Amino acid sequence: MITKEEVQHIADLARLKLSDQEIEKFQKDFSSILEYFEVLSQADVSLVEPMTHALAVENVMRQDQARPGDPEVRVKLLEASPEHDKGYVKVPEIFQ
Amino acid sequence: MNIDSLTISRIREGLEKKEFSASELAKDFLAVMEKGKDLNAFTVVTESLAVQQAKAIDEKIAHKEKLPALAGVPCAVKDAILVSGERCTASSKVLEQYVASYDATVVKKLKDAGALIVGKTNMDEFGMGASTENSAFGVTKNPHDTSRVAGGSSGGSAVAVAANQSVVSLGEDTGGSIRLPAAFCGVVGLKPTYGAVSRHGVIALASSLDQVGPFAKTVDDAKTVFEAIRGKDAFDATSLEVQDSQAMDVSELRVGIPKEYFAEGLDPEVEKVVRGGIAKLEKAGAKIVEVTLPHTKFALATYYIVNMSEASANLARYDGIRYGLSKREGDLLHVYLDSRGELGPEVKRRIMLGTYTLSAGYYDAYYTKALKIRTLLRQDFETAFEKVDVIAGPVSPFLPFKIGERVEDPLAMYLVDIYTVPVNLAGLPGLSVPVGSVGNPSAGSGQGLPVGIQFIGRPFQENTLFEAGRVIER
Repeated sequence: MITKEEVQHIADLARLKLSDQEIEKFQKDFSSILEYFEVLSQADVSLVEPMTHALAVENVMRQDQARPGDPEVRVKLLEASPEHDKGYVKVPEIFQ
Repeated sequence: MNIDSLTISRIREGLEKKEFSASELAKDFLAVMEKGKDLNAFTVVTESLAVQQAKAIDEKIAHKEKLPALAGVPCAVKDAILVSGERCTASSKVLEQYVASYDATVVKKLKDAGALIVGKTNMDEFGMGASTENSAFGVTKNPHDTSRVAGGSSGGSAVAVAANQSVVSLGEDTGGSIRLPAAFCGVVGLKPTYGAVSRHGVIALASSLDQVGPFAKTVDDAKTVFEAIRGKDAFDATSLEVQDSQAMDVSELRVGIPKEYFAEGLDPEVEKVVRGGIAKLEKAGAKIVEVTLPHTKFALATYYIVNMSEASANLARYDGIRYGLSKREGDLLHVYLDSRGELGPEVKRRIMLGTYTLSAGYYDAYYTKALKIRTLLRQDFETAFEKVDVIAGPVSPFLPFKIGERVEDPLAMYLVDIYTVPVNLAGLPGLSVPVGSVGNPSAGSGQGLPVGIQFIGRPFQENTLFEAGRVIER
């Protein structure tokens, strides 16, 4: 069974805060789900390429030129942010 | 007008003959939605938008202008798809107050087609679930038996059509999220070929699997909506423009029945109804052929590894920085932890598992391996499609289950999608069509629980699926 420390480590990586109860539930869920995933060890993939796209298509490219967006959308995007000032989104300090 | 019998073409006829106006349609459907709100199909009612759109259609009629394809058709939209100026919650507390800054491409196309957008529908939070029980805003009930689930994750969109609260609706399907609720609610649901419909403005769950598609009461209505929303979009590099495929006549159709889809675990009553549908196809002239999809037993595990891995990356953006729930006391780490704290348990579970499967030391064992099995699954289908033109089978091994029956056991819930996930993994189109019902012991009145038949086609062969669906409908 996956340990509490391993669950806490994953939660830290994912920037999730878990209660002790949640950690315990995840230990159980993880173990049963990862156990289910074990069925894949029966699959022989030695000569198989990973599928990165459903259909055989080409990369979509265009000239690297800025295209002006809708100015009204820009206003709405700013208004959706928790804090903004002079056209910038205000974010918490990264370094303290 | 008889609301229950309205289809896209019936609405067109009624508007042109002036039997009713688009404004009357909007008013009547909004009233039905209000009366039926116990079903909890909607998270947001977009009344002023629908009324305004209806007025515009009525003006077009007054000026004898040509009406667009979906003129006056009440349409509900899954709350993972952005409608500008309206809340878009993904049924999550983390987006409860978020207002969409722009229209998704599919919404822009609905608006251009003259549809009346009546509301945003309830779903499993961020698309994670098969029953709509994982919504932060309550479960959506199955109108055939309100003690049972509507299926998920697009439960609200399926119920909106099944309960005549809208005529058509849009859902989104990553592993069965359109096809399953369509089957559970007795309506038609299409998951298009991957790339047929733009994902721009659609809240992403698993980017290599997600596709937007229609719910409707008839195959023809599903086709009309699909044609209105599909197409290459500069904002979605995975979208493709494809020529319309010539539909095969049913007498030329070779229908493949995969033996792996009729094995242990399938409810015998569901099997009986589905086989009845297959018999209907045979009677109409189709040739029935047994096929094998040998890697089917790996599909569910493969699906969940891909789904959870991609979801963990796609949900990293809900961090309280640019939009959504933001709790800004404390340092940067605590802004992240506190803002993400309101995510539901299934969401947290999948982010955690996806983070694990993508982490150093595990990436190849899980995600890369899953991508290799996707290749094998796609090859299974390609081999089968050398012998047949369409594959038929059940949508789900189970009948609509009771609310609360599976939600505590994640694996029990995952099993519901066992026949739908291979289709997303291979990028193929899949159509769910109501094929009959099974007597419901808890209903008492003899009203049955709906069963759906699934048709799977070659890429961009939706027209062949529709042809098979029409035979079932007759």
